[in-house]
Amino acid sequence: MPDLSTTLHQLSLKNPVMTASGTFGYGKEFSDFIDLASLGGIIVKATTSEPREGNPYPRMAETASGMLNSVGLQNKGLDYFVKHIYPELQQINTHIIANVSGSTIEGYVEVAEKMAGLDHITAIELNISCPNVKQGGMAFGTSVTSALEVTRAVRKVYPKTLIVKLSPNVTSIVDIARAVADGGADVLSLINTLLAMAIDAEKRRPVLSTVTGGLSGPAVKPVALRMVWQVSKAVKLPVIGIGGICNATDAIEFFLAGASAIQVGTANFINPRVTTDIIKGIEDYLLRHNLQTVRELVGSI
Amino acid sequence: MSKVIHDLIILENRQPGPEYHVLVCKAPETLPVCYPGQFAEVAVPSSTHAFLRRPFSIHNVDYQNNTISFLIKMVGQGTRTLGQLPTGTVLNAIYPLGKGFSLNQAEPVLLVGGGCGIAPLLFLAKTLKLNGYTVHCLLGGRSADDLVEIPEFRETAEVYLTTEDGTQGEKGFVTQHSIFRELAGFTRVFACGPEGMLRAVALASRAAGVSCEVSLENNMACGIGACLCCVVETRKGNRCVCTEGPVFNVLDLKGWESPQEVADNCPVI
Ligand SMILES: Cc1cc2nc3c(=O)[nH]c(=O)nc-3n(C[C@H](O)[C@H](O)[C@H](O)COP(=O)(O)OP(=O)(O)OC[C@H]3O[C@@H](n4cnc5c(N)ncnc54)[C@H](O)[C@@H]3O)c2cc1C
Ligand SMILES: Cc1cc2nc3c(=O)[nH]c(=O)nc-3n(C[C@H](O)[C@H](O)[C@H](O)COP(=O)(O)O)c2cc1C
Ligand code: FES
Repeated sequence: MPDLSTTLHQLSLKNPVMTASGTFGYGKEFSDFIDLASLGGIIVKATTSEPREGNPYPRMAETASGMLNSVGLQNKGLDYFVKHIYPELQQINTHIIANVSGSTIEGYVEVAEKMAGLDHITAIELNISCPNVKQGGMAFGTSVTSALEVTRAVRKVYPKTLIVKLSPNVTSIVDIARAVADGGADVLSLINTLLAMAIDAEKRRPVLSTVTGGLSGPAVKPVALRMVWQVSKAVKLPVIGIGGICNATDAIEFFLAGASAIQVGTANFINPRVTTDIIKGIEDYLLRHNLQTVRELVGSI
Repeated sequence: MSKVIHDLIILENRQPGPEYHVLVCKAPETLPVCYPGQFAEVAVPSSTHAFLRRPFSIHNVDYQNNTISFLIKMVGQGTRTLGQLPTGTVLNAIYPLGKGFSLNQAEPVLLVGGGCGIAPLLFLAKTLKLNGYTVHCLLGGRSADDLVEIPEFRETAEVYLTTEDGTQGEKGFVTQHSIFRELAGFTRVFACGPEGMLRAVALASRAAGVSCEVSLENNMACGIGACLCCVVETRKGNRCVCTEGPVFNVLDLKGWESPQEVADNCPVI
């Protein structure tokens, strides 16, 4: 049997297949379809310090081999998470990683600090694609200074594994990755969604209530692969590859490009069992290629 | 109540109207218990266009023959692809999803359907009849071509018909049908169809003091409560149509009490 285990800083994962924030709910939505404990980890949906209603409907548009969303971080807030959601998450026997979001640095810090006290949350993933209200809504992750600033602030209060999730909507993702590494990140995950737009020609108006939204799904995979490759070459931190992964071959491509683990997002909507199929497929690939471990693949091109 | 992913096999694909197909599908194992108003997320086979699954209400369930059917209106490439599938094709579906209509109501109940909103009402009518109800059912469409599955409805319900162009039944919108003048005599209205129609039915029910449940057709990505794309604004905030609906009591929906909204969304079918 090939060895699928991998490590991300202090986290030992039973396999490199995790689920992407905002696409897998809190895990229980998928418990009729797969054994959640078979996953390498679950990144649960974004938590902000205050409850958020998200953006008005319509928040979704299907596009060629992908979709746009403008959900807008709808969640019940930190207190509700701790009181009502965390106890359920404790029943799931794999790494549970909280996706920490905010519109101010203080907001991020508050969520990160609280998450640090929850034993079963073994890491946090900092979502720096959120709009920074003090900077006129420009995302934290699109400027070297604010990406560094938010990472540094969270690092101060968060002693466990700190994953920072990068936005692809930048001129140089390597510059942002370096800044975040300087700020004290332990692991980088990429990519978040690509800023995009859909128009209804018949109605002559944008499809989304917010006009623009985030593109995900197979359409973004080549962009994500390129960015993972660039970042993993430039920065000495483990990288988690995200973007359009639908099958084991896609996952292997990300390992080859330099990712130590991957997250599956939009593909969960099409096939709720896709993650277990991917785990099985990676095993088959390793057998076929006479490899003992998945780690041998990482960054080999 | 657990959800299943099944490779259904299409046993029959009939066309009850020019723009409609009924797919009768055999389940590979015992059908899960399904409730009227619940739906399935169906993968469109070998389609590059329809990347996401498509939601369809459960149109009929036959536990004896282990079949489930869908009534599909051809509106875009996904539905057109489904309509052309030959018998024997495998259709991958996740079901039963969502919460259906409340079944424990006092008689008499009125079912109102427009366009593809007719779909869940057959299963609902059959279930209500099985529970001993007398069911009244008003079906509407743009023209006679939209009034499909009428013989099936007649087997289980007292049927009333209406078309906008007057080609069958009374002429006009569903809410202009004469049965609406007797609305106060019903204890509950169950409606499914385009939002404009649902809002008009909701207003009329409100005016008559009759409780009303509607089945919404918001766009969905996952159908299982994971993406939060399908929300409707309720009195308790944004709620997922795929898990807390698709059936809602109109009193829970925000903005559904004002005639202003109906004027904006003219009640067409
Ligand atoms: C819970 C639920 C139950 C449904 N039940 C049924 C059913 O039993 N029978 C049935 O025929 N349809 C039903 N629908 C609607 C059906 O899902 C859509 O018509 C279908 O997804 C369109 O796919 P398409 O690829 O053909 O169209 P697309 O190419 O995606 O779109 C073509 C056109 O159809 C319109 N459209 C797309 N989605 C919807 C929608 N959800 N509602 C109305 N218009 C839409 C688009 O605006 C566009 O103009 C249901 C929807 C929901 C959410
Ligand atoms: C509906 C939806 C909601 C999302 N919500 C979040 C979120 O709350 N936080 C976050 O960091 N990323 C979020 N994402 C981005 C995904 O986690 C992932 O980075 C992106 O979708 C690319 O991967 P994919 O192509 O496999 O979906 C969301 C994506 C989708 C489609
Ligand atoms: S469609 Fe994904 S939450 Fe309802």
